Amino acid sequence: MSHPYLALTEDDVAEMLRTIGVGSVEELFRDIPAGVRFGRALELEPALSEQELSAHLGELAARNVDTTRELSFLGAGIYDHYVPAVVDAVLQRGEFLTAYTPYQPEMSQGVLQSIFEYQTAICELTGMDVSNASGYDGETVSADSCYIAKHATGRGTVVVTEATNPQVRQVVRTYAPGFGLEVVEVPHRDGTTDPDEVRDAARDAAAVIFQQPNFFGCLEPAPDLAAAANDAGALPIVHVDPLSLGVLEAPGRYGCAIALGEGQAAGNMPSYGGPHYGFLAARQDYIRRMPGRIVGETVDAAGERGYVLTLQTREQHIRREKATSNITTNQTLLALAGLVYLTWLGPQGLRDVGETCLALAAYAKQQLQERAGLEPVFSERTTFKEFAVRVGRNASDVIRDARERGVHPGYALGRDYAGMDDVLLVALTERRTPADVDRLVDVLAEVGR
Amino acid sequence: MKLIYEKSQDGRRASAIPRADGLPTPKIPDELRRTDPPRLPEVPEFELIRHFTELSTRNFGVDTGFYPLGSCTMKYNPRVNERLVTLPGFASLHPHQEEDGAQGALELEWRLERILEEVTGLDAVSLQPAAGSQGELTGLMLVRAYFEDRGEGEQRRKVVIPDTAHGTNPASVTMAGYELTHVKTDERGNIDVEDLRAKVDESTAALMLTNPSTLGLFDENIEEIERIFHGAGALMYYDGANLNAVCGISRPGDMGFDIVHINLHKTFSQPHGGGGPGGGPIAVRAILEPFLPFPALARDENGTFRLDFDRPKSIGKVRGFTGPFGVFVRSYAYMRMYGPRLREMSEAAVLNANYVLARLKDAYDLPFDRLCMHEFVVSARSLKRDYGITALDVAKRLMDYGFHPPTVYFPLIVPEALMIEPTETETRETLDAFCDAMLAIAREAAESPELLKDAPHSRPVKRLDEVRAAKNPVVKFGFGD
Repeated sequence: MSHPYLALTEDDVAEMLRTIGVGSVEELFRDIPAGVRFGRALELEPALSEQELSAHLGELAARNVDTTRELSFLGAGIYDHYVPAVVDAVLQRGEFLTAYTPYQPEMSQGVLQSIFEYQTAICELTGMDVSNASGYDGETVSADSCYIAKHATGRGTVVVTEATNPQVRQVVRTYAPGFGLEVVEVPHRDGTTDPDEVRDAARDAAAVIFQQPNFFGCLEPAPDLAAAANDAGALPIVHVDPLSLGVLEAPGRYGCAIALGEGQAAGNMPSYGGPHYGFLAARQDYIRRMPGRIVGETVDAAGERGYVLTLQTREQHIRREKATSNITTNQTLLALAGLVYLTWLGPQGLRDVGETCLALAAYAKQQLQERAGLEPVFSERTTFKEFAVRVGRNASDVIRDARERGVHPGYALGRDYAGMDDVLLVALTERRTPADVDRLVDVLAEVGR
Repeated sequence: MKLIYEKSQDGRRASAIPRADGLPTPKIPDELRRTDPPRLPEVPEFELIRHFTELSTRNFGVDTGFYPLGSCTMKYNPRVNERLVTLPGFASLHPHQEEDGAQGALELEWRLERILEEVTGLDAVSLQPAAGSQGELTGLMLVRAYFEDRGEGEQRRKVVIPDTAHGTNPASVTMAGYELTHVKTDERGNIDVEDLRAKVDESTAALMLTNPSTLGLFDENIEEIERIFHGAGALMYYDGANLNAVCGISRPGDMGFDIVHINLHKTFSQPHGGGGPGGGPIAVRAILEPFLPFPALARDENGTFRLDFDRPKSIGKVRGFTGPFGVFVRSYAYMRMYGPRLREMSEAAVLNANYVLARLKDAYDLPFDRLCMHEFVVSARSLKRDYGITALDVAKRLMDYGFHPPTVYFPLIVPEALMIEPTETETRETLDAFCDAMLAIAREAAESPELLKDAPHSRPVKRLDEVRAAKNPVVKFGFGD
């Protein structure tokens, strides 16, 4: 059995079989009926050495065009923000990396305290009272929030704004039938959502889900949307960019019941879509309806402060079919990355990131208009780090031609929205510079029309 | 130990963010602008590192020592995988990158799908679900879509699960909008086939089963179970939590299962990360392939990979993008280190479990006296009756011997349960040291029970009061407010 990840010698095996009282390893499987035993070897390529494996995966990785090889302005939910070295250093501690859910708190104070600190950071960002220990991503926590709202209100529909991330809407739609919910969408009007339309649509709704900044990068009239939902007796639920919350108001301050979102931008690499983390925070009213793990403070037998998983009677391993969710494995390590990143930033760093993104995006919007003759689609709206711009021809063709010049200019909004085949969604992070913007403008001046 | 917030001082910071100097910062309208900054920690970089390093020393992982947490497959996580996942071509790849700029990633996913088909004995795979429990929910959505497509959606409302099932199974059934039917376990630890026969009919949509079960036992009646379900026109769902027992030995598809989820963080060594991430791909029989989440991965005749969004019968999306890609990199790497030798991995896992069982079965109660698969369940029932020592006391005392405790009080049908899963990545010396500790604890229960009642003695904290935490929940730092 010689293999880097196995240990038993022939002597070990012989001695162990003797202790067990069987004659062979094969005999250990005697309870498996002959009819369902696998009668051949697995048809898989032969085992590799670590060195061969590294070469093989290096070759696969080299066939991807990542953001180190192309000047990228792609966003649309996943963003190329800087991830500092301290994140890697902490995540590679084997005590964090190779532990599991802290069922035994005396073995797990490191993970438990870090989750408690994470919950605190998320509550501070969002202005909410309680955060869970993480969900899978920004999409699934949105679906989770519908389950909270369904049980909190007993109502049968959920309203989602059309300007919410299309993948969020798709995942909510996939989950909704099992929850007994119908999904109603409210269209955008020139890039943002009309509170009156939300109020009408939400009359019998359990929740209203909207995004701030929305998928087009525009700032919604968030306090008015939350008020419209509250007026209708629906839970206002906002999907927020965590890195906007140094400059944009905390959802708890404008009447939202639940604030959630995709945590990738805060401390995680794009990684072709995962693993990242979804955060979900709520007002105190919903603490016993929260999905997933929550860590609470307590004391030990000597009266010293410590941390444990708490309110576990919400959870599947206790409450089974009456649980608030089926989630067990979550995204703790990625949430830890979020905590380390937010600690690295501090309040001033968070504000700086937001302001740099704001300034670069405004500069790009202006330069594209002035030097490349490309008009912003929603020129009346305030935007954060992302904006929609109309190019002179099909956006997919523009992307192809720009990429031949080493620039990925953004996301083709026509993939999700009718009538937007000639619209690019351009994202700016603090990793881009004014010179990078100038290059984008040069390339789009050439291929954008 | 202090919280990071208690180490914070106004004006300190670890970061320096590039400012777009000279560019004006646009105005945010007053009603949308933040006025009170969030109270994030303010610490210099070296204090940040010291804080999290100290926290890590108060935690125990597989890298620290033996972690026989039943049902969780806490095996070694190879370091090379952590290096590979940081390659810029993987870590810095944007998920909206055009397909021609992501061929390496798509090929990796495509290769992973083919391996999972071979290991499970099924026809098609979706990598999208983020964890086992999401795989379960996705599988039940497939069941619903399949029967609705056949006009049997209204009729088939029930999902059968055994009383040994993971809690995620019934929770997923409710979230999918199905009704539960429970089935009992017989005296050999198999599903009670007579009970099952009486409960399966034309209103049954599916069975959800873990095989080997959470008792660590392979169901000896699996062929009869298959006849009952497929005979009634129902589908069979395999909870792949225990796949580490049977790779290359017995395949769920060959057992008759139609849908399988695979826990990449268990069998295929994605590090558990203190609670996640995981990965929960599902493999299905061809009849269910049209309903899988979109996008599907396709390979054109010229060998180019693409994402197919044109899937009219698909249940939809269950997560963003194609799934947790970094998990795929690690698990694919792990599989390639074994290839066809995955069978040896499972053999070693089963051998280790049976060895530990053989050494412990005289000191602890054994509810089902059979050979086990990759894990087994013993009970502290006699220790409780004779000395007032519970499974929890045994678990806490194990910490003093330097081991992570097993899973306790699960499965629910075994009182004072201790569920032990050694995995294949342990030496015999480690297994022996663990067995010696378990035997010593059984003796201590008789001779000095207070030693167990007060355990642990050697951890950074004493036994923690969980009741108090739940009664008056404090779930964030109070900042002295």
